[in-house]
Amino acid sequence: MDFNLTEERRMLQETLRRYLTDRYTTEMRNGIIDSEAGFSAEIWTELAELGVIGALFSEGDGGFGGAGFDIATVFGELGRAGVVEPFLDTAVLGGGLVAALGDDGQKALLGDVIAGGLHLALAHGEPASRYDLSRVETSMRGDGGDVVLNGRKAVVINAEAAGYLIVSARESGGFFDLDGISLFLVPVGTKGVTRRGYPMLAGGRAAEVVLDEVRLPGAARLGEAGKGFAPLMDAVAAANVALAAETVGAMESAVELTREYLMTRKQFGRPIGTFQALQHRFADLLIELEQARSAVINAAGHLEARDRDRQIAAARNLIARAGRLVAEEAIQMHGGIAMTQEYELAHIAKRIVMADHRFGDADYHLERFIALSAA
Amino acid sequence: MDLSYTDEEKAFREEVRAFLAEKLPKEVSDKVRAGVSLGKEGHDDWHATLNEKGWLAFSWPREFGGAEWNAVQRHIFEEECALAYAPRIVPFGLSMLGPVLQKFGSKAQQDYFLPRILNGAHWWCQGYSEPGAGSDLASLKTRAVRDGDHYVVNGQKTWTTLGQYANWIFCLVRTDPEAKQQEGISFLLIDMETPGIEVRPIVLLDGTPEVNEVFFDNVRVPVENLVGEENKGWTYAKYLLTHERTNIAGVGFSQAGLDAVKRIARIESAGGRPLIENPHFAARLAQIEIDLMAMATTNMRIVSQASAGQAPGVESSMLKVKGTIIRQEINDLTRRAVGPYAMPFASEAIEGDNDPIGPDYAGPVAAQYFNNRKLSIFGGSNEIQRGIIAKVKMGG
Repeated sequence: MDFNLTEERRMLQETLRRYLTDRYTTEMRNGIIDSEAGFSAEIWTELAELGVIGALFSEGDGGFGGAGFDIATVFGELGRAGVVEPFLDTAVLGGGLVAALGDDGQKALLGDVIAGGLHLALAHGEPASRYDLSRVETSMRGDGGDVVLNGRKAVVINAEAAGYLIVSARESGGFFDLDGISLFLVPVGTKGVTRRGYPMLAGGRAAEVVLDEVRLPGAARLGEAGKGFAPLMDAVAAANVALAAETVGAMESAVELTREYLMTRKQFGRPIGTFQALQHRFADLLIELEQARSAVINAAGHLEARDRDRQIAAARNLIARAGRLVAEEAIQMHGGIAMTQEYELAHIAKRIVMADHRFGDADYHLERFIALSAA
Repeated sequence: MDLSYTDEEKAFREEVRAFLAEKLPKEVSDKVRAGVSLGKEGHDDWHATLNEKGWLAFSWPREFGGAEWNAVQRHIFEEECALAYAPRIVPFGLSMLGPVLQKFGSKAQQDYFLPRILNGAHWWCQGYSEPGAGSDLASLKTRAVRDGDHYVVNGQKTWTTLGQYANWIFCLVRTDPEAKQQEGISFLLIDMETPGIEVRPIVLLDGTPEVNEVFFDNVRVPVENLVGEENKGWTYAKYLLTHERTNIAGVGFSQAGLDAVKRIARIESAGGRPLIENPHFAARLAQIEIDLMAMATTNMRIVSQASAGQAPGVESSMLKVKGTIIRQEINDLTRRAVGPYAMPFASEAIEGDNDPIGPDYAGPVAAQYFNNRKLSIFGGSNEIQRGIIAKVKMGG
């Protein structure tokens, strides 16, 4: 066993930490969150130049990484700094699906993605689908050589900045069938695509997407007809590793901010961190944080393994529980200051808690774990 | 033991229900239910409605224009108001300053200020916490120096809830810097129009401008605005805090919150079945409901003692801790119940008159979860309450 990062990953980690510490201040980020785009094109380009996107793709696809620990390294740093830029959506989900399924023409887009010039978004979840990945009602019908899509997609993160949406649609079968889901690469300017955009509570933007008789050439198909579910699962597995790592990165920041505050804030004539009641609670956060770090390692290390889904369910369940504890206790031990938007912890706590709402909360992953363990 | 309400109490509950059914406008309760700000006018209107009925100052003695309800009546009223999504009564004038003036104020202060609390001419805010004095309130530093017929006030207050609407502020100020911490504090009433006062909003983590910082730069306050005696303000401050802690359990809010999350869980589906039938979700819901059932009885036990004339002491600290934990658990469960639609930031500016994003109940729930982290921080944090409980019960 070796729990050290490779030299390349360690260097990437250091580079990112230095860059984000210097550049991505609370004030700057709060400005980005309030901006119309909801992310900074400048930061996006700079991080792309530092290799953040390239690290998420294999050499065969034009990158220099793409393994579970590459994802965990990058997103751990993004999480520590509370980065709101949509790397998960453009690179892991969008780019991951194009890399896995694209023909040569479609894969040609990846160069632009890695260079920071093209955004993507996965338009899969629907108003009634909650976290069920197989529930697809959006319909697809063939018409001559064309395909025609109709349906609604919910909370499509990064839909406004994206050049293409990767849209899932049901080609055959019932609402919950695993077979019969197809994927399409849809240029956002296509007639019949409308996006109603809005900001999200923890930063970034999403949109409700309506597909109304969206007509595409057959060449817009991404991957095989009706076989979209397995590659979607793969992309979501990678996204879950990213989310887990990002959340644990944010937890590290929350714990560090709390430690500093406990040692500097004085009440009753001494630093509040000298009260044993708070010391014990802080110690519990450190214990949970170590557990959460191990959960990320388990998930990242099994991204290519047969036991992948069970490991990922375990990691996200543990991190959802530990994350909520860390976020709530960090706020409580700070007191009022943590409730203010201009203080770093407020945003970090929101990132931690709101991760629950992407690809499943603690209960969802608990049920997945039970089902997968029984299988 | 008898767990039932008396016939009089039942009749009173019916009277409250009928009043709310008749007088609480639906557009107001819709706003309260959706967690939308009512603005100053909305609060003023609801206060006026209650005042007309004689129910605004329900705990005040009759001689001051109050309804003089006992603790059980108050509890019934607060519970029914919460279940009907009535606006909460803004507490600063009515349940904080009012009782202090009635007990410690001069006749002139009572005659001038109390009617203006009732008729809405004065909106009060609370000048207690300072940047360096939170849980350790007695370490406050805002200074008041006597200069002829005035005090000259310099310093800063913070977490001033709804200070943006206020035209008066009651303040704890230090008048004797040499005395022991608690002994050099005085209680001053300050007109917010006085030159030298600046109010700056603090934006909270859910985006709401609910609290403020208030700065005092050589603010001249007439000496007749001193409450009671100079340097005795800590006694009045503590008296006020015991009143701040009425309805501290928030049973009505929790019951309304539990009803709301059940309603949502019947509409939401998970894996093709209503969420409320999901065993893990159902277990969490049941656990909270079980805790709430017991706390409602704990609350009533303490309330009926208070009605019998015994002052609630350490029990109100227990109710604060357990009550806030339960409310926060309900907020957490509600956030989770709505799934991915918790993510949009449904500010009023975005939604306005537009259709909501996702189901209409989803918009405010994540913001409410974050906003209500304050419950275990303000009014004496839960750590302070636990300290009080331990100190009293361990005889330390």
